[in-house]
Amino acid sequence: METPAGGCCGSGPPLLLSEGEQQCYSELFARCAGAVSGAPGPGPPEAARVASGSATAAAGPVADLFRASQLPAETLHQITELCGAKRVGYFGPTQFYVALKLIAAAQSGLPVRIESIKCELPLPRFMMSKNDSEVRFGNSAELHGSKVPIPYLTTEKNSFKRMDDEEKQQETQSPTKSPLASPPSSPPHYQRVPLNHGYSKLRSGTEQMHPAPYEGRQPLVQSEVSSSGGPGAKPLRHQASLIRSFSVERELQDNNSSYPDEPWRITEEQREYYVNQFRSLQPDPSSFISGSVAKNFFTKSKLSIPELSYIWELSDADCDGALTLPEFCAAFHLIVARKNGYPLPEGLPPTLQPEYLQAAFPKPKWECALFDSYSESVPTNQQARELNRTEKTSVKDMTDFPVPTQDVTGDDKQVLKSTLNEVLPKDVPEDPVIPKDSNSLKARPRSRSYSSTSIEEAMKRGEDPPTPPPRPQKTHSRASSLDLNKVFQPSVPATKSGLLPPPPALPPRPCPSQGLANNSPQARSVLPLALSEQVSEAELPPQLNRAPSQAAESSPAKKDIPYSQPPSKPIRRKLRPESQPTESQEPSTAVGGPASGTSVKPHPTVQKQSSKQKKAIQTAIRKNKEANAVLARLNSELQQQLKEVHQERIALENQLEQLRPVTVL
Amino acid sequence: MAQIAVIAKENYPLYIRSTPMENELKFHYMVHTSLDVVDEKISAMGKALVDQRELYLGLLYPTEDYKVYGYVTNSKVKFVMVVDSSNTALRDNEIRSMFRKLHNSYTDVMCNPFYNPGDRIQSRAFDNMVTSMMIQVC
Repeated sequence: METPAGGCCGSGPPLLLSEGEQQCYSELFARCAGAVSGAPGPGPPEAARVASGSATAAAGPVADLFRASQLPAETLHQITELCGAKRVGYFGPTQFYVALKLIAAAQSGLPVRIESIKCELPLPRFMMSKNDSEVRFGNSAELHGSKVPIPYLTTEKNSFKRMDDEEKQQETQSPTKSPLASPPSSPPHYQRVPLNHGYSKLRSGTEQMHPAPYEGRQPLVQSEVSSSGGPGAKPLRHQASLIRSFSVERELQDNNSSYPDEPWRITEEQREYYVNQFRSLQPDPSSFISGSVAKNFFTKSKLSIPELSYIWELSDADCDGALTLPEFCAAFHLIVARKNGYPLPEGLPPTLQPEYLQAAFPKPKWECALFDSYSESVPTNQQARELNRTEKTSVKDMTDFPVPTQDVTGDDKQVLKSTLNEVLPKDVPEDPVIPKDSNSLKARPRSRSYSSTSIEEAMKRGEDPPTPPPRPQKTHSRASSLDLNKVFQPSVPATKSGLLPPPPALPPRPCPSQGLANNSPQARSVLPLALSEQVSEAELPPQLNRAPSQAAESSPAKKDIPYSQPPSKPIRRKLRPESQPTESQEPSTAVGGPASGTSVKPHPTVQKQSSKQKKAIQTAIRKNKEANAVLARLNSELQQQLKEVHQERIALENQLEQLRPVTVL
Repeated sequence: MAQIAVIAKENYPLYIRSTPMENELKFHYMVHTSLDVVDEKISAMGKALVDQRELYLGLLYPTEDYKVYGYVTNSKVKFVMVVDSSNTALRDNEIRSMFRKLHNSYTDVMCNPFYNPGDRIQSRAFDNMVTSMMIQVC
């Protein structure tokens, strides 16, 4: 910071403002000062200058204005310090203008430094609360040198045009002299020096009055390019009260504000684009992107590695080496900003915090489906608006874009869960884990191992898509068949491709296999059809003598299984007591059922079963004996598998031993 | 706090930061010599005690002006801290906690996929943490 040691001579180079800036600043200043003291002439700049030489902006309106800028309290504090208000003790025009300029700089994402105001800046944006100021702001007609405050809202085309008119009048006055020259506030003079550079540039280009960036939402590129010479910030004093009010107001306004050209705020189309990219890397929007995947992806952006490293540091809030969707969006946004020339911030801006992003943009899955039609290019505003409309209709009240609630992750998690439940039931186990984990990790409890295991669990569960959870329910109803279930379990995944995970993934094995295996024997014992279907699915048939026939039988009725299973449950139970005496003779489930009964429908089968109980039992005995043989074979095979697994385990343990840190260096 | 150094497994420095008041070269030498002491302490543990070995090595050796503390991670990355002897207010617990913070920050750096193990540490977060620690001590 250029704290001028000898802050002498207000006669230093005057603060050069563009005509537009001059107008805006002076009017703002006048408004603030005039609101209380009514002294300064708010009219033409020269009048303001003259009068403002002795005028000071009052605390109240100044505080309001600063609050309306929606900058964080610390930033405003910095601004007030920088503009010299503290030093001088009051908010003279100099300080006011410098502060306005600093506010504009801060809102553009530049660090709050004197150097920042050297460059061209857009107008600082002040979101006034509903009161009359907005009304006045929006009115272009009134602006002729009157006290009407300058419209700072997004619909500011008018203001610019207005200022164009004023420019001619002010040209003679504005360039050299600014009110800043007069006040005795010496400290700010050092600020005038850099400001001169900036403003001389600004003055030269009247085309800076382009209001382009202020309409609707636009990509960062546009906003950067069109940063016109915005009027500076009004130097405002009274930091203590201001800061308090800032933080409060800012929070309130953050919810409702829509500053499209604020560089650290993600617009909706940007958000959609990021989500698309996320999905291309990781289909599940509620899961993580691993570090290596993200690294490869971000390296394509051709930023330097240190910069990417820094961006990662900023965006990976929980430092777990993986990016959740909000973290990914933040990182992507930072990369985009950097590529567009914005310097990287010192810390993660509040609008890029994961909690904020999650609250602002809940991410239902089907919403993403809509984006798939998008190309990689950033869509226009209109498209975005249309999409938003369609989103809103399709997603019902899932999207909460316009008014992100600050209930942050709690609601969001539920939202996520419910949407995902609807769309992908199998992902349910992952969702509660992941959002919870991300949140708990954000608190940085230093539970690295916890986070990694959760990721692994999620990934393990991800291996099970082919075997939906519902299945296990049907299997547990038969006590007699449980043994077979367990016996068949390992063989099921073994035979089924993709279901035989390597040893580390052992835990998931029992679930799907149990489901399948349980189904098969149970169905056999009670319902020939259901059982045969299960058997065929489990690919046990190949191991069974009756496999082909069963497969044939089961195939047609395969689809009936899901429906047959629930109704079969009570039926099974009914049959159980009946079959129990027979089951004593049948150590294994009645495998003979399917072979004997070639009926296709489970319901009629069940009824017939009860009537044909004895026949079925007899045949079942026969079949059971055959099944015994088969099972014995299975047993041997499983034993073999067990041995292999043991060997693998031993090998892994050996590896582990070798990898242990060697104590001798 | 006079200096903090992070040394890789192969005994080359990953990160060295000193309070810029004195001849830094001297500190570099001290850290280098302390590596021998670290190795000695580690080897003294023996293989059997790998699991039980404490990460914090404690005071490596005191000179008349300075005290040198060491800490080694499970991946043989060493943290060395050189502290002014006149700073008597610094207790062992504080040193331990500082090493713990260092270790945590180092882990964060490792989590960054853009950081290749063995590179110099150029993380701003790590820098800030070290700076705050040094300020806190001095």
